Amino acid sequence: MRALRDKYAIVGTGYTDYSKNSGTTVLNLATEACLNAVGDAGLTPDDIDGLVSFQFNDSVPAMSVAGAMGIEAAGYAVDIAGGGNAANLVVLNAIAAIEAGLAKNVLCFRAMNGRSGFRLGGGRDMQAHGITQFTAPFGWITYPQAMAMWCRRHMVKYGTTSEQLGTLAVTFRDNAALNPRAMQRQPISMDDYLSARPIVDPFRMLDICLESDGACAVLVTSADRAKDMRHAPVYVMSGANGGGANQGDDLFDCLRWEDHSENYSAYIADDLWRGAGVGPEDIDVAEIYDCFTYSVVAQLEGLGFCQPGEGPDFVQGGRIARDGALPLNTHGGLLSEAYIHGLNHVVEAVDQLRGDAGPRQIPGAEIALTTAGAMTVGSALVLRN
Amino acid sequence: MYNKPVPVPDADTEPFWSACREGRLSVQCCRGCGAKRLPPERYCPKCHGAESEWQDVSGKGKVYSWIVVRHPVPGDVYGADVPYVVALIDLEEGVRMASNIIDCDPDSVSADMAVEVVFEVVTEEITLPKFRPL
Repeated sequence: MRALRDKYAIVGTGYTDYSKNSGTTVLNLATEACLNAVGDAGLTPDDIDGLVSFQFNDSVPAMSVAGAMGIEAAGYAVDIAGGGNAANLVVLNAIAAIEAGLAKNVLCFRAMNGRSGFRLGGGRDMQAHGITQFTAPFGWITYPQAMAMWCRRHMVKYGTTSEQLGTLAVTFRDNAALNPRAMQRQPISMDDYLSARPIVDPFRMLDICLESDGACAVLVTSADRAKDMRHAPVYVMSGANGGGANQGDDLFDCLRWEDHSENYSAYIADDLWRGAGVGPEDIDVAEIYDCFTYSVVAQLEGLGFCQPGEGPDFVQGGRIARDGALPLNTHGGLLSEAYIHGLNHVVEAVDQLRGDAGPRQIPGAEIALTTAGAMTVGSALVLRN
Repeated sequence: MYNKPVPVPDADTEPFWSACREGRLSVQCCRGCGAKRLPPERYCPKCHGAESEWQDVSGKGKVYSWIVVRHPVPGDVYGADVPYVVALIDLEEGVRMASNIIDCDPDSVSADMAVEVVFEVVTEEITLPKFRPL
């Protein structure tokens, strides 16, 4: 999307409390986050004419949120069937809608009672239909079980160790301690990580993200309109979405994927960087999709921060800490802030580029990367202030 | 009463499960380009041909990747089974499938471990292909 570089911007962010039990409906969460994003931009709901969300049949339709906000006629209200892979795609979808003239100011949101309501990490239907016939009957059911299979292959191919993955969990928790939004703010040590309960080898409890009730939203508009809003715009330099061949029949399915030591990110890197006109060396802060510790490694390799197999070493030695060369997941990520399915990474990137991240602010952050997805498909954005 | 997920055969997958019931591991083979494939699907992803046939395979393969499930989900269904091994197995014929590695210590499974199919009858209609070390 090189032709659209810097032509669109994020001008508002909003979120609810992130908790284990919201005590309210998903519609109320979505509406609260969206109203907050509109207010953050200095607009009113009357200015909004588009809404885009993504969900796993665990949320509310975009049109219902439009109704709850009192928007009389949203020209564009779209629900993407997707998981974390879509958390950056919603922003690209909003840009596409505005570029096509279908809307002017588009809210992107994700809302879920992911702990007190429908839990994505739970079991599946005991009737195994479709592609699930070839996975679930063998007790291969949950996303931690899915991702552990990919992680093991990386360990087999490159010798990756649990201790190397533990650095990610410990670092992100250290960031979360400085984030008032974060659900888990108690620092952890490498010993805590290594002694955490084994869930599915090679994953322990602290390799696996949180389950959360909550919602967040970002407001996308054209660069022209963005100039007149309350905050300095955060421009979208580039975005990419997709993956390699044999993406599978659903997000779990990886039976036809060729090499499980790499993921979607290797296949969108060229589009992403070419579109942005910058490369990995230009990124000041990165919010990388961390449904599991390991998924960060695969994405750093796929996006070219290091060579395949070098990710586990790359994240050692303080490089990914707040004062390191590549600060990662400054909000604590899905592992320690909350599991708002990756859209919370975009909210954090905007905070960082506005200089609004408080004690966890990366000084001088000008260009940020966000990613979304861990397996065969995903999306990413390069943002700047 | 068997309480784990049971495959519901459909138009594409019925021949696979019928073969398992008869103690044969069978894969779909494109009549146009000869590519073998699993899971089954109507159109060949390589040449897009709709004509296919089923070919029995040796049932021998190697472990490509594996996990050891220690926390059961759902707990009431898998509580008595943990720890258990799920693996991706590369069959000799060049097709990959997921299954369990049984009849061994879960901690003894390793990459490229040679395995062979064994059949486990779970319902009147469904027999699951599982694997054990060779």
